[in-house]
Amino acid sequence: MGWFGKSSLSSIIQRVFGKKHAKIGIYGPPNVGKTTLANRILRDWTGDIMGSVSEIPHETRRAKWKKDVKIENGNSSLTMDIVDTPGIATKVDYKEFMNTYGLSREESRRRAKEATEGVIESIKWLEGIDGVVLVMDSTQDPFTQVNVTILGNLEARNLPVLIAANKIDEDDSSPATLKSAFPQHPVVPISALTGYNTENLYSTMVKHFSKKRRKKRR
Amino acid sequence: MTKKDNGISFNLVSRQKFQDLSSEEKLRFILKEVKKGRILVLEYGLTPTEQTSLIENTMKEIEQDTFIGVEMEGYGEDTPTFLQKLFGMGKRPRMTMIGPADLVKTVRKDDNMIQTKIIPGRGAK
Ligand SMILES: Nc1nc2c(ncn2[C@@H]2O[C@H](COP(=O)(O)OP(=O)(O)OP(=O)(O)O)[C@@H](O)[C@H]2O)c(=O)[nH]1
Ligand SMILES: [Mg+2]
Repeated sequence: MGWFGKSSLSSIIQRVFGKKHAKIGIYGPPNVGKTTLANRILRDWTGDIMGSVSEIPHETRRAKWKKDVKIENGNSSLTMDIVDTPGIATKVDYKEFMNTYGLSREESRRRAKEATEGVIESIKWLEGIDGVVLVMDSTQDPFTQVNVTILGNLEARNLPVLIAANKIDEDDSSPATLKSAFPQHPVVPISALTGYNTENLYSTMVKHFSKKRRKKRR
Repeated sequence: MTKKDNGISFNLVSRQKFQDLSSEEKLRFILKEVKKGRILVLEYGLTPTEQTSLIENTMKEIEQDTFIGVEMEGYGEDTPTFLQKLFGMGKRPRMTMIGPADLVKTVRKDDNMIQTKIIPGRGAK
């Protein structure tokens, strides 16, 4: 599509979304379950699906969005535009796709090229977003650079972020580690795969993202 | 990646060196060094905005057989204490390690320590 060229990204996002609602990005490193979560949210609240899921990292290589997703929580509700973003990484090695996942050389090289473009696209979308669900894999170390960078970026701009500690159905998951690592943000343990505790995620989203953005710049 | 000798360069970059550079100059310096196969330890890390730009610039420079990206590990910014704020000190980025992703790998990272290792086969002979 390549529509990032001329007009500024925020004006494009404006056009895509209109102005009314909170634009919420689902962010995180590759393979943590962002699209699985996006699909679950859409399935629960709109009946659609967002995109394809895979055990191979960098499955999502273009941002995808769904407008007007209304999530209810008791008497309150929040209508959001939800963006599923490509996983953000500091490196992309096509040989990993060949050696670990058995893709052909040509396929691996194409996937790697698109993955680098996807990371750039995710970062561009970050500029126009009102809040973020940062998805982390709770079987892994919390302080990875991508997590630190995304959180630092959002904190510097005073944007609300909610951490979804995903994959808690796995035996070696440790959502408590994530909770103690990021005490300044709400951390909700979930399994996007089984749906476990997603009601809690939804109510936290409604509460956390409805707050008037207190100190928004400008 | 060019490596003139067999050793691996480990460069410790002082806060003074970075204080005089603009964000853009810092990022250009880092990527140039890392693409030469050097590992950098920055005394004074990058701000979140600079980190984000570094990731973006890294993605633009990836060449599949010679440069697969960076391994970068640092911490979030120190929040100044009340007293430091009183003396006008703002948030400060903390120590950060950056190297070529095919050369250095993070083993473990917690609140206080970053453990890395040189990927075998690429180490000094
Ligand atoms: N066990 C478990 N696996 C999960 C969970 N959520 C996602 N997965 C699996 O993790 C893998 C990656 O899921 P995706 O949803 O594609 O991850 P992503 O974050 O969108 O990945 P990219 O698009 O590549 O950045 C798939 O194999 C999913 O089935 C979960 O809650 N539990
Ligand atoms: Mg995805």
